Amino acid sequence: MNNNSANTFSSQLNIVGQCKKYGVPLWQCPQFLFLLMGIIIIITSIAFYLIGIKFIEDPELIVFIVLMLTVFLLAISFVIMQSFERLAEANRLKSEFVNIVSHQIRSPLTNLKWIVELLMSGILGKIDEKQIEYFKILKENLERMQELVSELLTVSRIEATKLVFKKEEFSMENLVRDLVAEFKPIAKSSNIKINLDLEKNTPKVFSDPFQILQVIENLLYNAIRYMNFATDSDQDKEREINIKLYHKNGFIFFEIKDNGIGIPKEDQKYIFQKFFRAENVRRYQTNGSGLGLYISKNIIERSKGKIGFTSQEGKGTTFWFKIPVFQK
Amino acid sequence: MPKTILFIEDESALQKTVGEIIRKEGYDMISALDGELGMTLAKEKRPDLIMLDLVLPKKDGFEVLKSLKQNEWTKKIPVVVVTNLGKMENMDKAIELGATAYLVKSDYTLKEIIDKVKTIIEGVAQ
Repeated sequence: MNNNSANTFSSQLNIVGQCKKYGVPLWQCPQFLFLLMGIIIIITSIAFYLIGIKFIEDPELIVFIVLMLTVFLLAISFVIMQSFERLAEANRLKSEFVNIVSHQIRSPLTNLKWIVELLMSGILGKIDEKQIEYFKILKENLERMQELVSELLTVSRIEATKLVFKKEEFSMENLVRDLVAEFKPIAKSSNIKINLDLEKNTPKVFSDPFQILQVIENLLYNAIRYMNFATDSDQDKEREINIKLYHKNGFIFFEIKDNGIGIPKEDQKYIFQKFFRAENVRRYQTNGSGLGLYISKNIIERSKGKIGFTSQEGKGTTFWFKIPVFQK
Repeated sequence: MPKTILFIEDESALQKTVGEIIRKEGYDMISALDGELGMTLAKEKRPDLIMLDLVLPKKDGFEVLKSLKQNEWTKKIPVVVVTNLGKMENMDKAIELGATAYLVKSDYTLKEIIDKVKTIIEGVAQ
């Protein structure tokens, strides 16, 4: 118990650590500001006293008044600081709650999914067509939940500013090439052609390749997914994804253009918001959490880059992002 | 004699599901529901491969992996980590400690996991 309280006391004193916990810079951090205020008050009180003994008959009285006032001000600011802390704590708990819940949901979900797979495999005995159909639906829904849970986890990490960025120097060219090669079979099975236009020997960038990969994967996945809806309306339209990578003005640009369903004009301004899903997308498919682009935007902004898009409903969408070239 | 796989995993539902398929594939499977038991069984039975979860009661997966690789008798047994922890740093840590493969449960179907395990176990034999 004693040890415990000593620990909390010493952690209270560790201002830099406390500020890190809230994810605010030092000059915005209440603990630091409180300390700064205390120092200023002590200095002014001493200054007053020094001036006082030189020029005034009764300096003690003045110093006493000044001290009383500062103590009063200090008390007020202490209360403000405390309530800030409580608010910050509540916010932190919220993210932590999402985090814990998502983690806890994960294991039973995997269990369920694998059990369904086992049942579907027929190892435990023959099953008929009709049953397989429903097992498939069950499995798809489980996968949807899994996807949602993992995206919720990423969001809670973004909001707790805990999304770990392991920055390193890497070539976007290789990253894109490898990823597209990986996606080709999926695209082919959906009858989609992926064209790659990579500028040769583009300079390297400095970011977390794993996170950037997630962004590109997300955009590519979206492009494929939202192109699939076009099937019913026009069969003969050639389905294409054009990916471009080039170097311009100190940035590496990544561009992905599809000729899918596009984003309705009235939905365009919300597209990067958390949990938002375009109206025409919802009409076609219930899949998707509406978190992918929110996450992508966060990742790109953390890499000191920018993300955007142009789109026309029914014609297609072009998403792009740029991240700065690595400066030695 | 069929090859043996030790599965260290605290979810008994998964033990059952995975066991069903592994036995169908012609392997023997031993189950351990916590890290300590897993370590004991590894030393006692010397399986041909170990599938290891990371979040485990009594002794967590990283500790188990570390002890396995430090033990003269068990250090050559390939260890496949099968977990829900998807973070890169966990993966790096496990590989550094000597895991042969690191599979995130939600990224794979059961069949893919079993196929991976099969390739590794058969690869070692050659």
